[in-house]
Amino acid sequence: MKKTLILTTALAMLAGTAFAQDVVRMGTEGAYPPYNFIGDDGEITGFERALGDELCARAELTCEWVLNDWDSIIPNLTSGNYDTIIAGMSITDERDEVIDFTQAYIPPASSLFMGMEDGIDLDGAVIAAQTNTIQAGYIAAETGATLLEFATPDETVAAVRNGEADAVFADGDFLIPIAAEDAMLDIILDPVQLGGGVGMGLREGDPLIAQFDAAITSMKEDGTLNALIVEWFGDEAQTW
Amino acid sequence: MFEFCTDPSVLPTGQWFACYLTNGVHFLFYQSFLTVFLLLAITAPLALAMGFGAAAASRAEIAPIRWLGKGYTAMVRGVPDIVFFLFFVLVLDQGIEYIRHLIACPGWTDPIRQGANFIVCDAARTPQSSAPQWVHETYNFALAIFTYAIVFGAFCGNVLYGAMQAVPRAQLETAEAYGMARGQVFWRVLVPQMWIYALPGLSNIWMILIKATPLLFLLGIQDIVFWARELGGSRTSAYQYPHPDWRFWYFLGLLIFYLAFTRVSEIVLSRLTTRLSRGQATAGGEDLRRAEA
Repeated sequence: MKKTLILTTALAMLAGTAFAQDVVRMGTEGAYPPYNFIGDDGEITGFERALGDELCARAELTCEWVLNDWDSIIPNLTSGNYDTIIAGMSITDERDEVIDFTQAYIPPASSLFMGMEDGIDLDGAVIAAQTNTIQAGYIAAETGATLLEFATPDETVAAVRNGEADAVFADGDFLIPIAAEDAMLDIILDPVQLGGGVGMGLREGDPLIAQFDAAITSMKEDGTLNALIVEWFGDEAQTW
Repeated sequence: MFEFCTDPSVLPTGQWFACYLTNGVHFLFYQSFLTVFLLLAITAPLALAMGFGAAAASRAEIAPIRWLGKGYTAMVRGVPDIVFFLFFVLVLDQGIEYIRHLIACPGWTDPIRQGANFIVCDAARTPQSSAPQWVHETYNFALAIFTYAIVFGAFCGNVLYGAMQAVPRAQLETAEAYGMARGQVFWRVLVPQMWIYALPGLSNIWMILIKATPLLFLLGIQDIVFWARELGGSRTSAYQYPHPDWRFWYFLGLLIFYLAFTRVSEIVLSRLTTRLSRGQATAGGEDLRRAEA
């Protein structure tokens, strides 16, 4: 009795919202500065927030930002909890089988190692990386290092600080500001080129892909995308 | 919050913390405590009601109703909470979408299960993807509350069933001898007297319920554990208030919060025990009688 009552009220409540204005829900992790993070005011901010808002303005879409943990960010896209992933996600063949990507908005960049001491041997070293990232895949498949996976980027760095891991392997743009401010941590070893740049992920065959592609192209052409990259990632960042 | 907060990097420690602890994210953190209280405020009576229903059903004359009541308590009590939480939220969510899908899109031919994906037609999406974010959050929260109520309702059901059985048979016989109907005996004699027997068990469940609230975090709801982890993580100067890894302090704060909360609950519950013991033929009731005499 109670069950049906709650169910029907829930259904009635939802039916009322069915014909509201079309909103594009932008899914992001909110834990990966400077790409996307929760700012001091509690709002999602970062490079991808600025980029996403601009893309939505150019494509004349109403967008709403949604937080989602990284490790379930693809399943929750395909099951329709939100419409795009804009979360520093590199374009790879494996992901492309499940979802579709727009063209890249950040050029392919280097992944870096950050640790307390230089000159570690990757074979036999313990390397921290975030679960389901191309960096984690690279450590597991291409090196002799032991992979230590964590759910959030911050935990991978914490693992190096407390000595659990010898180094953390992640996007350079994420690690460089951390290494610059922490005297204990340095960028070590050689950079590795991974992935085909960072793009937005959408459900396969979604018509929104063309709209976002056009908006990204227009931002590339008038130079605003490069300006945004330099603003958030610094002068040394790769631009188009 | 304060006027001097415009440039935190030059502030002395005291003012820095005053600004830091009153910035926007911290208010979201403080609000998430209200989420926990709201969960408890809705779940506790709902679970008690479901438990009461289950206990009453378990005592029913009609066999199928009895099986329903006993089956529900036995099944939920036998499955680990965390399995039930992860499983039931999924089942509810997909079940609602599936039912709406059958109603809204009868002509649909694609399979709904495609590998790991559960894809229903757009009209059946719950909540609608065009719905504002608060609807999505409320919906997830409601699913969580319902799941909590089912799990804790089963425990309440078992406790209340035992309490109903513990009311002295002589009391009920006396009521029957006065000519009361079955329903009258139940509501006027059994139910008012059973609470004192139920209270120790119910207070246990209340404590466990308080301690189970961090499971919200697993269900993707931004509760106090989510914010403690988010705020405690080390922060570079990409943030206005950079700091090293402070998760220790944030989780310590949560520990103190839960200890204080359960302590207050204990005090309230012991007062309630005294209140309910009055006039009862129990050791507690006897003590009260002696003290008054």
